[in-house]
Amino acid sequence: MSDIADRVKKIVVEHLGVEADKVTETASFIDDLGADSLDTVELVMAFEEEFGIEIPDDAAETIQTFGDAVKFISSAA
Amino acid sequence: MFDLTGKTALVTGASGGIGAEIARALHSAGATVGLSGTRVEPLETLAAELGERAHVLPCNLSDAAEVEGLIKRGVEAMGAVDILVNNAGITRDGLVMRMSDEDWASVIDVNLTSTFRLCRAAVRGMMKARWGRIVNISSIVGQTGNGGQVNYAASKAGMVGLSKSLAAEVASRGITVNCVAPGFIETAMTDKLNEAQRAGILGSVPAGRMGTPAEIAAAVLFLASQEAGYVTGSTLHVNGGMAMI
Repeated sequence: MSDIADRVKKIVVEHLGVEADKVTETASFIDDLGADSLDTVELVMAFEEEFGIEIPDDAAETIQTFGDAVKFISSAA
Repeated sequence: MFDLTGKTALVTGASGGIGAEIARALHSAGATVGLSGTRVEPLETLAAELGERAHVLPCNLSDAAEVEGLIKRGVEAMGAVDILVNNAGITRDGLVMRMSDEDWASVIDVNLTSTFRLCRAAVRGMMKARWGRIVNISSIVGQTGNGGQVNYAASKAGMVGLSKSLAAEVASRGITVNCVAPGFIETAMTDKLNEAQRAGILGSVPAGRMGTPAEIAAAVLFLASQEAGYVTGSTLHVNGGMAMI
């Protein structure tokens, strides 16, 4: 696991209040981790803050799983 | 009742009659207040009157960059913005056929667009805190319309639609968004009316008098309180029965 993945996981765990081992590569924020649409917006904003990047709306829509988030941030950061 | 100790409130248009009274009401309930407005002097005077827990945060609401920065400055000064009162407003009255694009745009910008920008910026911290109160000061004319005020009435009706939509978005996070819609209130604006205009207005107000800024402030205090946590997306009309809606 990369440093980015660790940091993303920390945000997801803190924000959604889920167990760290539930946050797997393919875990969907909404379907598996209990996020609602507002949570996903908050997550994206938290990622932007943590990594100092901008995640445009069309990219944000493609970030459905923990793996998606790590992949996007790795390519953008 | 209505104890706001430990809460922080940002009030725009605090240099005006109604805004100053709103700031006083929130402050006397225990809140720390951020006083925003374009004219620094009356803000300083008000801050001096309130004493502790008052911060002066001048801002020109027609300047997008300044508006974007206002919530940040509020957070820096007070630690957070738990309560946002969008009270600032301007008028540029005129009949439609004589109204310039500029008169239209400036009223929409200051009254409605700045409300949107401040809400957007404030909601972020409120979502994290899982608590927030937004009170937007609309107007009776947003519901009833008023000849000579298409721009103002549109901006005030727009605030109601904005508030309801935002209320739906953030209700699950403990944030409420409501409007207060004043009727005729005794302010510097209504002081300019002559006797005949005054009599004409009062003829349409069952209460037989104009309202006071303190009566608007009381409505805002209620909506900002812990006790009003289940009231959201609503408009509280404070108009002496002028329009019962």
